[in-house]
Amino acid sequence: MTQASITTTADAARSAPPDAQSGFRLPTHWLGVAPFFIFALMFLILPTLYLVVGAFQNDQGEFTLANIRQLFLDASIRDAYWVSIKISFWSATIGAFVGLAMAIAIVRGGLPRWVRSSTMTFSGVASNFAGVPLAFAFLATLGRLGLVTVILRDAFGINIYAMGFNVLSSWGLIVVYLFFQIPLMIVIITPAIDGLKREWGEAAATLGATTWQYWRMVVIPVLWPSFLGTVILLFANSFGAIATAYAFTGSSLNIVPIKLYAQIRGDVLHNPHLGYALAFGMIVVTGLANIFYIWFRTRSERWLK
Amino acid sequence: MKTGRFWAWLVFALGTAYFFIPLIATFEFSLRMRRGEYSFDAYRVVLGDARFQETFAYSVTVAVFTIILGVLLVVPTAYWIRLRMPQLRPIVEFITLLPLVIPAIVIVFGYIRMYGSNSPLPFLGSARGTDALLVIGYATLALPYMYRAVDTGLRTIDVRTLTEAAQILGAGWITIIARVILPNVLIAVLSGAFLTFAIVIGEFTLASLLNRPAFGPYLQNIGANRAYEPAALAVIAFAITWGCMSVIQVLARFAPKSANRPN
Repeated sequence: MTQASITTTADAARSAPPDAQSGFRLPTHWLGVAPFFIFALMFLILPTLYLVVGAFQNDQGEFTLANIRQLFLDASIRDAYWVSIKISFWSATIGAFVGLAMAIAIVRGGLPRWVRSSTMTFSGVASNFAGVPLAFAFLATLGRLGLVTVILRDAFGINIYAMGFNVLSSWGLIVVYLFFQIPLMIVIITPAIDGLKREWGEAAATLGATTWQYWRMVVIPVLWPSFLGTVILLFANSFGAIATAYAFTGSSLNIVPIKLYAQIRGDVLHNPHLGYALAFGMIVVTGLANIFYIWFRTRSERWLK
Repeated sequence: MKTGRFWAWLVFALGTAYFFIPLIATFEFSLRMRRGEYSFDAYRVVLGDARFQETFAYSVTVAVFTIILGVLLVVPTAYWIRLRMPQLRPIVEFITLLPLVIPAIVIVFGYIRMYGSNSPLPFLGSARGTDALLVIGYATLALPYMYRAVDTGLRTIDVRTLTEAAQILGAGWITIIARVILPNVLIAVLSGAFLTFAIVIGEFTLASLLNRPAFGPYLQNIGANRAYEPAALAVIAFAITWGCMSVIQVLARFAPKSANRPN
């Protein structure tokens, strides 16, 4: 009996035009994406929202802006944000300019083909080589007994540590972050430079433009949005990074991720809701950065298809 | 043009110096353990350390489970979005990009507060549960890379025709995904998998805050307490990253370029 009824429904469905089928149907096609949305909700969105909501609550669970205000009033927290933003800004800016110069050199500099392919391969590796081992590599290079430090001291008589250099500082960390920022810039910006059409250069030359005019009026305006967009991406990339800094300096460097790490470990701020506010501040910074990134990205796609 | 080439070589040489000097220095440092001569003692000590073997094996296991979870989560979703619900594509893409926006330390902070032992879902109440949460966290972090890889792979095959052909032959959804779609995007899935592996193997933040005996916290611990072993570990870690990226490059050579093959 059941068998027969299934057959009839199936027959009916088959004979009906596709539109008529979707009249009275359970939204089963949602089942296909349900696991993904449930996962994203449980392990990405809700945990983040939990912190965001907590940032606007006091111990009694009432709404308050005191935690957010405290982020600006507490000198040590303000300082941590400032140092973090400074490190991210400089590592992103320097990384972007150096990466751009290298990308132009390998694409437009008339270098042999193997230079380009090996640079791209290496950039893929180096942009993923971050975290704790990267800190080790730079300690072995520029630490007190590092190869470069020792060679400079013994062969050239330059004692960089006597000159006030210390690799365990903000500038030391910027130098280390460049090791993944520059390759990331190369990986992202090279396709944009490839997108500069040869005809544009020829057209500019036909119209009597000098090399400088070609760069100022064609190359820079076309590359500008992708360049700025990538700078912002690099900024967000280093702002949330913690492993390298932590392995490098322990908890001595006062940057936001390390502060948050200490807060998660042992409530060093003596106020859980201030901890949530600290995390909320990080999301705001990286979130703003990504909104600008998407904005610049859509602008750059106008020219570089 | 001549001067242009000179500048190009100069920039390239300076860049190469910045990237190779730390690598050479690390390698040189790792050989200095025995006083007065170069030796591989640091590597011998590291590789012979039981804690190294345990934490490395733990992280490899976690990485494998992360890849399995990632594939189970991403392949059916990306397939279904392409086949039936293209209107959801912007939303799904936005969600898969979120782990790049929300720092990992914030995500794990949320886990610790939401899934503590007193919560309705006490993941952190047991070691197994914490392991599961670590795998879930890593799958979340790898979501942007995994989704992009799989979606690019799906773009190169004709999803609709393959699905209809399989349905005509009487295949159910699970058969279609496991035996028709997955083999066709296997190369894309594998490159996503190796990238995931490279990210997970030395990850520090999540493993450390969830108190799991993974490779990342072990590295940090050695770095704080030893002199020459960290350099050896850095060389090993660089070799692993290099290996993963090489495999991805080799795989890319086998990947089909387009669905619209010339007749």
